[in-house]
Amino acid sequence: MKVLMFGWEFPPHISGGLGTACYGLVKGLTHHKQDIIFVVPKLWGDEEPMADFVNASDISIDYREKKFKSIWKNLTYLEVSSFLVPYLGPDEYKKFTDYAIHDRTDVDESIFTTKYEFSGKYGKNLMEEVSRYALTGAQIARDRSDFEIIHAHDWLSFPAGIAAKEISGKPLVAHVHATEFDRSGETVNQVVYDIERAGMHAADHVIAVSQLTKNTIVRKYGIPASKVTVVHNAVLDASIIKSTFQKKVPEKIVTFLGRITFQKGPEYFVEAAKKVIDRDPNVRFVMAGSGDLLNRMIDRVAELRIATKFNFTGFLKGKDVDHMYAISDVYVMPSVSEPFGISPLEAVRHNTPVIISKQSGVAEVLTNAIKIDFWDIDAMADAIFALLHYNGISRMFKELGSEELKKLKWEHVAAKLVSVYEKTISAKS
Amino acid sequence: MRTICFYFQVHQPFRLKPYRFFDIGEDHHYWDDFSNRSIMRKVAQKCYLPMNALLLQLIHKYNGAFKVTFSISGTFMDQMEAYAPDVLESFQKLVATGHVELLNETYSHSLASLKSKDEFKDLVYKHQSKIKELFNGYTPKVFRNTELIYSDQIGAMVAELGYDAMLTEGAKHILGWKSPNYVYVNSMEPKLKILLKNFQLSDDIAFRFGNKAWDDYPLTTDKFINWINAIPQEEETLNLFMDYETFGEHQWAETGIFEFMGHLPEAVLSRTNFTFSTPSEVASKIPPVGKIHVPIPISWADEERDLTAWLGNDLQDEAFDRLYELEKLVNTIDDEEIKRDWRYLQTSDHFYYMCTKFFSDGDIHSYFSPYDSPYDAFINYMNVLSDFMIRLKEKTNSQKEETSIQS
Repeated sequence: MKVLMFGWEFPPHISGGLGTACYGLVKGLTHHKQDIIFVVPKLWGDEEPMADFVNASDISIDYREKKFKSIWKNLTYLEVSSFLVPYLGPDEYKKFTDYAIHDRTDVDESIFTTKYEFSGKYGKNLMEEVSRYALTGAQIARDRSDFEIIHAHDWLSFPAGIAAKEISGKPLVAHVHATEFDRSGETVNQVVYDIERAGMHAADHVIAVSQLTKNTIVRKYGIPASKVTVVHNAVLDASIIKSTFQKKVPEKIVTFLGRITFQKGPEYFVEAAKKVIDRDPNVRFVMAGSGDLLNRMIDRVAELRIATKFNFTGFLKGKDVDHMYAISDVYVMPSVSEPFGISPLEAVRHNTPVIISKQSGVAEVLTNAIKIDFWDIDAMADAIFALLHYNGISRMFKELGSEELKKLKWEHVAAKLVSVYEKTISAKS
Repeated sequence: MRTICFYFQVHQPFRLKPYRFFDIGEDHHYWDDFSNRSIMRKVAQKCYLPMNALLLQLIHKYNGAFKVTFSISGTFMDQMEAYAPDVLESFQKLVATGHVELLNETYSHSLASLKSKDEFKDLVYKHQSKIKELFNGYTPKVFRNTELIYSDQIGAMVAELGYDAMLTEGAKHILGWKSPNYVYVNSMEPKLKILLKNFQLSDDIAFRFGNKAWDDYPLTTDKFINWINAIPQEEETLNLFMDYETFGEHQWAETGIFEFMGHLPEAVLSRTNFTFSTPSEVASKIPPVGKIHVPIPISWADEERDLTAWLGNDLQDEAFDRLYELEKLVNTIDDEEIKRDWRYLQTSDHFYYMCTKFFSDGDIHSYFSPYDSPYDAFINYMNVLSDFMIRLKEKTNSQKEETSIQS
């Protein structure tokens, strides 16, 4: 089967989890001998040649195509002052919108040139790029008529998917990796929500990365449950990582690793830390990462007077991330809202027992982990204490967790996808 | 007798290097040798060497009628020995003239006076012996506490150590209608004289000298002489206290600060009825007018003249309390490196970097801070302190083992 796939980023040039997931999916699909045309706003040239990559920046648009006009009409709502960067925290977001309100009021005219150089990032021209990406999607769908189905990842590429469907008449699968409710809580950005909703409604079938996400899609976006299939993410490599990196501190280490933002629930980790430290002097908490709530967390740690037992590392990259997992005795992911959440699986690969919130998609696939409500700091503290002191559980988690991991393969994910494709195509014809 | 007392604070902290979480338990060297050395060398060229040369010349020229006073922190003396023997030599020459007085302070420019009497005394003795060692047996008679921090209690503690006098800020909120231009005594131990900084005239030189937006810019010697002459005749002492780095570093040479100081002695001696004295001379010659009451500690910093530059927010209080909790343990350990790190970690600058008073005095703070934010300063300091605590524990355990083997 030939699939026209729209993404936003692809390894090695990624800034979020979306690129990694797309990589895994494409890899799994090629395992099942599927042909993929993978479109990204910007290609860097060093991507692994596993698909027929199309660089949207190279596509020239032929404005004589009549259908483009109607596509553009549907996109005009994006044109108006869409100063919007969805991957910023509330504080940064405000700074940015202040800037945008004063410095630009509408989309640059370059959007109507025949070629357009995408940045492919989550920058200040994001909305402009999303709309332009849609036009490119339409052009590609007209030029390449050999595909049977369209597959678009997250709202950034939904307009492109919709446009490609309108031009080609081929069925569209919308893949939801995260919704606006995960990113912004209850104060959603209306423009993003509208695009997400339009994408899911225009799609012939919707894929959610977890049951949790499916529930959101059904409840908040009004999509019938029968139109949504849950396809969990997987791991690229399930092998256990034997690190030679040794920890230098005598205490046991409990780690939070991720963006320090509302979505990740860092404050619950701090509160639980206080409870554990009060009972057990032989423990050290580490918050690794950065984000708009970092300073507030530092303040709180100082206020609780636990700063000699609670360290901050700042943003970690490369080897340091592996080292951090390797020296952790417990890994905690207290996310308030996490569509999937791949990092606990990384922890498992390092033989580190994990505590995850029930509000994360990964909780649906990982059985050998302690699951708590993100707000239940007493349960979190209990779980941390138990994993630190009762070797039976942590040993069991280590053994069974790594077994479980081996079942989470992208090939399995891809097999599920192929059956979704087949059903969708047959339903359409 | 009317007299001007110039006192200059000479201090550099041992700044911490960027110390990461992964360093805890492994890397026990905390100090940013490169930046400490390069800052010392830079300020030596801009300030210490040229200003010491100028002062030496003035002292010779007026044959002792012009004199100045320094308080040189122990961390500064350590850095001179390590990075700037030329600066040390120039200070030694100044002291050898007999017209330069040295003050005692806490060795590591510490805030111990607010927390621990024992530690405070230790640091004072340590500073005393370091001065003796470097300055040919010199023994200071007058005390100045870190950042001119003073309260009735601290004054009493200093009196107990045998000092004649102590310096502090002439803070408006403690003086009220009173003038700083008199000698006062401590309210608990009246034998301890208190000399107060005239912050108006001191800060005209230290902070405002090169400020072009200031109404009185440029500050000429003539103008300054007129202000001195405007002081009521019955007010006998004018205390001009400031950071030594004012000359050439905070106020660059281009502002004319060196020329100003070069001409000042001549103008004062010929056109006013003021002489120059050192704090011990002021304390012994000018009779005190009364007690000064300072129940809550004051300092010379910021608009508030209180402790909030170093203590008071959660970051500062947490770091400060955790540090001093270790005092007992440190005292049981016989290890020179532990003792040295313990002292250097007490330096007030570390807590100053954690100050969050961004909107009023924050700009001054950020100028002096090697960190991007108070939060970065806090994280770095706590990482170091975490390692220091681990070392203390290890040393304690190994000492215990040794004693059990011996017995």
